[in-house]
Amino acid sequence: MRFTSIIDAIGHTPLVELRSYSPRTGVRVFAKLEGHNPTGSLKDRIAKFMIDQAEREGLLTRDKVILEPTSGNTGISLAMIARVKGYRLKVVMPENVSPERVDMLRLFGAEIVFSSGEKGTNGSIEVAQRMVSEDARYFMPYQYGNLANPQAHYDTTAQEIIDDLPEIDMFVAGLGTGGTLMGVGRCLKDHNPQVKVLAAVPHPGELIFGLRNLDEGFIPPIVDLDLLDGRIVVESEDAFRSTRELTEREGIFAGVSSGAVMACAKRLASRMDKGSIVALLADGGWKYLSSQLWTRSYEDMGQETQDMVWW
Amino acid sequence: MAAEVRIPSLLRGQVGGSRSIQASGPTVGHALDDIEARFPGFKERVIDPNGTIKQFVSIFINGEDVRYIQSLDTPLQDGDQVSILPAVAGG
Ligand SMILES: Cc1ncc(COP(=O)(O)O)c(C=O)c1O
Repeated sequence: MRFTSIIDAIGHTPLVELRSYSPRTGVRVFAKLEGHNPTGSLKDRIAKFMIDQAEREGLLTRDKVILEPTSGNTGISLAMIARVKGYRLKVVMPENVSPERVDMLRLFGAEIVFSSGEKGTNGSIEVAQRMVSEDARYFMPYQYGNLANPQAHYDTTAQEIIDDLPEIDMFVAGLGTGGTLMGVGRCLKDHNPQVKVLAAVPHPGELIFGLRNLDEGFIPPIVDLDLLDGRIVVESEDAFRSTRELTEREGIFAGVSSGAVMACAKRLASRMDKGSIVALLADGGWKYLSSQLWTRSYEDMGQETQDMVWW
Repeated sequence: MAAEVRIPSLLRGQVGGSRSIQASGPTVGHALDDIEARFPGFKERVIDPNGTIKQFVSIFINGEDVRYIQSLDTPLQDGDQVSILPAVAGG
């Protein structure tokens, strides 16, 4: 495949059958490997869509600085595109993310504003919104409220899945902004209303003690919870174990949210008589090597590692 | 039915600091009533005055969001684990 720019090489990721995850004949589990994107995550797709749209609408011009709150991956994707296109980028990210996220942002030339770890990504959103309201030079794509986010997944991710597996019965992916689940979910249900769409969410553990009360929670404006057929919360320990198991059983090296998604896929597959499940594996394992999750037991990781923001 | 209800850090002040408490009742809603009887004021942090789960709160039973089962009427079995969590973003 030949491309004129790395940006054109986004998408068209492999769909790989995970034979060892089939609980019985007739139930098949497939993984969509988003780690195969240029910066190693699904977020390349939405960064491209959001920047293209902002350029088309004249919202993003040379004099602007792109500013985006992120748990990391969206920032890394925007940083790559900003490099290629010559924009300045600042990201607001929780301080308790894996060091590889920081390294990757810096290598693409992004500036980083760290927000309090105690508030997770909710805190990054607050800080970025305040910065934008105080300085007109910033352009914020705002993945949480930007319809180009789900649209990228409707037009590309979902279409690729339908092309490769038109008989899909169930889709499971991590929920962060909800862009993946809304975009892919809507397209799959348009294709076949019987398709079930399931969300995996991280258990925040002891992480979110910075929230003063439950009313400080945040549901991204692009999320319509009624589109989902279920939501499953996965503890970090289970996500790590599943991440490692995926490498051991299938030779697939993926990130922590992918482990959580696989834990859900196993549970869902075990209840199915027949059918095909697609699990979306959002990124590769590279950015998590420093956690040593493949070589250390959960107990040996230490609280600081256990309490990181994983997606 | 007795279930273990895990209390998120920001609600622990409401239940004397416990990380988890045993609660009983035939449904999730009844289990919350049981906690309320012992720790008055707990329920209003989780449930709206109109009786539905608050917008930014999710209740999970054995990891599954009750919103997609039978909400507060979701039946409880002995030994079920109930978690109450605030909505947090990723991305
Ligand atoms: C590794 C990983 N998994 C899952 C997600 C969730 O994707 P979405 O924001 O489309 O809900 C993200 C979002 O940043 C992510 O970085």
